[in-house]
Amino acid sequence: MAAAPVPKHMTEGEVGLGLTLLVGALLCGLASARAVDAPFGIHMNLFALAGLAGIAGILKRYEGRPALAPPQEIDGRPNYNLGPVKFASIAAMAWGIAGFLVGCIIAFQLWAPALNLGLEYTGFGRLRPLHTSAVIFAFGGNVLIGTSLYVVQRTCRARLAGDLAPWFVVLGYNLFIVIAGTGYLMGVTQSKEYAEPEWYADLWLTIVWITYLVVFLATLWKRNEPHIFVANWFYLAFIVTIAMLHVVNNLALPVTVFGSKSYPIFAGVQDALIQWWYGHNAVGFFLTAGFLAIMYYFVPKRAERPIYSYRLSIIHFWALIFMYIWAGPHHLHYTALPDWAQTLGMTFSIMLWMPSWGGMINGLMTLSGAWDKLRTDPVLRFMVVSLAFYGMATFEGPMMSIKAVNALSHYTDWTIGHVHSGALGWVAYISFGALYCLVPWLWNRREVYSLKLVEWHFWISTLGIVLYITSMWVAGIMQGLMWRAYNALGFLEYSFVETVEAMQPYYLVRALGGVLFLIGALIMAYNLAMTIAGKTSAASEPLVDTLPGSAGLAPAE
Amino acid sequence: MADTANPGTPPAGPETTGHEWDGIAEYNNPLPRWWLYGLYATIIWAFGYWIAYPAWPLVSGYTGGLLGYSQRATVLGEVAAVRRERDARGQAQLASAAVAEIRADPALLRLALATGKAAFGDNCAGCHGSAATGRQGYPNLQDDEWLWGGTAEAIERTIRFGARSGHGEAHVGDMPAFGRDGILTRAEVEAVASYVLSLSGKPGVAGAKPDKGAEVFAGNCAGCHGEAGKGNPEMGAPNLSDAIWLYGSAPEQVVATVTNGRKGVMPAWEGRLDPATIKSLAVYVHSLGGGK
Repeated sequence: MAAAPVPKHMTEGEVGLGLTLLVGALLCGLASARAVDAPFGIHMNLFALAGLAGIAGILKRYEGRPALAPPQEIDGRPNYNLGPVKFASIAAMAWGIAGFLVGCIIAFQLWAPALNLGLEYTGFGRLRPLHTSAVIFAFGGNVLIGTSLYVVQRTCRARLAGDLAPWFVVLGYNLFIVIAGTGYLMGVTQSKEYAEPEWYADLWLTIVWITYLVVFLATLWKRNEPHIFVANWFYLAFIVTIAMLHVVNNLALPVTVFGSKSYPIFAGVQDALIQWWYGHNAVGFFLTAGFLAIMYYFVPKRAERPIYSYRLSIIHFWALIFMYIWAGPHHLHYTALPDWAQTLGMTFSIMLWMPSWGGMINGLMTLSGAWDKLRTDPVLRFMVVSLAFYGMATFEGPMMSIKAVNALSHYTDWTIGHVHSGALGWVAYISFGALYCLVPWLWNRREVYSLKLVEWHFWISTLGIVLYITSMWVAGIMQGLMWRAYNALGFLEYSFVETVEAMQPYYLVRALGGVLFLIGALIMAYNLAMTIAGKTSAASEPLVDTLPGSAGLAPAE
Repeated sequence: MADTANPGTPPAGPETTGHEWDGIAEYNNPLPRWWLYGLYATIIWAFGYWIAYPAWPLVSGYTGGLLGYSQRATVLGEVAAVRRERDARGQAQLASAAVAEIRADPALLRLALATGKAAFGDNCAGCHGSAATGRQGYPNLQDDEWLWGGTAEAIERTIRFGARSGHGEAHVGDMPAFGRDGILTRAEVEAVASYVLSLSGKPGVAGAKPDKGAEVFAGNCAGCHGEAGKGNPEMGAPNLSDAIWLYGSAPEQVVATVTNGRKGVMPAWEGRLDPATIKSLAVYVHSLGGGK
């Protein structure tokens, strides 16, 4: 350090972010002192502590870093910034297990309501958003942020833009998750599905998300490739659209800036339409476009095959982006929503079918000539099965959007089964496949600790998914049929409580399916932890150039 | 991407786009025909649907579609059709006929039982259970003990106005909190509880004096429950000499009842359910097995 010819200074970024965090922490401390409700006070203290921790982190990092900023290239190779990617990968695994576990708990609560323990903190109403947010935003979000920050660097041959900004994105995003989750447990919610966090958490996420967008765009801007890789189109569509959806759906006025409660600026059916414009596009741009981006990088990479069709990718990308944004009203069939809006929601959902399948075709056909790998590579099998589930869910979705079908399926557990065939089969499986690839790459390992354990994970969780979705299909269709059953005199055949009673055995099967899925994830966590620890059964020397199909790994940090 | 030149690999299709990112190339395959035609078909279908149904918003109003479809008109029509059908079966008569007349007319009775069963599941089963067998604090409607009378007319009245419901016509009747309010001592409460249990041959509180209990009963309880403890539906006072116990027959449960009193509430359904439904419920509940 003493030999460094350049004297060490704090960068503008370090000083600026440090001061901003200091001011933010002070303001949060003040807000906490004047809080009108306890959860708000706790959250403001949490924000203040996080701000101080951020300052400490900046100082510690300054102490240990060389005087010069990390070089963009080393020996003509991009000096990739992998720290934030590593953090997001581990966070994804941890949040995934937490989210799957809470899912199992609430599944058992539906089977035996006494399991809510009679406590406000453990009731279904608070744990359900904890489950959905943990799996979608905490697990899925960390996978998306982690892989996007990795893929954009590799496919642009450029180091991630920004010095502290990528860290701000991953740490800030996970702070949002903590605020959201603890809020649900304390009863803080604005009661909008998949958008439950209150106004102050939403504001924080907006800051983090804009930073994410800037980091991603700036990295694209300084790319060393003439063209932008297809996965990056999808990532960019995901980041931009989620920013727009998040801001519009969360427009709300707080009752007081010192309290957690707020009211949305929209009311009645307008509020419902905005909510499901948001809700469905959270599915479309978070859970579909984002994970298609993962598919477009990791499937050809793992299969070592070119992507099947550039033309298909460009047509289905634009068709998907254009169609998806219209489909939300299909969540509000047969409600106060005007007929014309229902029609548009339904017809655009039908037109969305082929654009959705374009991604599946491109993924599956990429394997042509490499199908034999499915026999030997369980990681690739995860990805292929994820595409099959993707295809199934994106056929089932348009079908359920047809009003006549929706009249039967709406409000039943068929919807829950549909969501989980997409969530478990597609989103989680493509994530598992990506993490099984990414973790060895990030930590310079030849392969995961044990492909045998990947096999176990695959079969146990596949059985879990099958139990889950088949039980929900049967239960949901039965429920829908019981609700609409009339006797000869024109009276309802079943009371509501009888339909609830009829669901009970299927709820148990579903919960057991969930447990199998959780067990699979625990096997994965163990496998990845052993991989990171360097406990590979094969030779564990760093392999800069032996990675199949890779142009070589970046120097480890 | 160079694997087309490698004789060991299968044919790789058309040429790639010429770019490569981190080792990933892209073929320039054409769109699959079936995929493209599928996309066209759904678009054409959507245009057809838009022409037929309400679809696009205009400055004020929206395109109505050739079929003149309206969800609201459809559902109103369906509801009206069901009403007409039920009226044809005598639903209107249910509202005007007395419960005795309904029970005397087989066609009306059939309709009332169907109406009552459906209404019971949605309104009553929450407390009285799907099978109307009740649970602690909520009377079993299958047996022949009735707090407020078991004729169809009495049941109708109870459903309409409820018990301690706040409605002006509701059944009222208070079991005082004899122990809590200091009317009886703890020993007297235990004695009277033991006496009451002895009426149906059950063991009482250990060490209590049933003889003393008989005296307490005559002075405090017989006014409502009758000298022999047979109960009085005018007051909602249950029969204490049978095997049916709304709040339990263990000595400590009976002691708790005498000590704190019981004030179970049955809501008034008049205004929430229409008269035909209330009468149908009365006929249905009466038919469950315990009607008098």
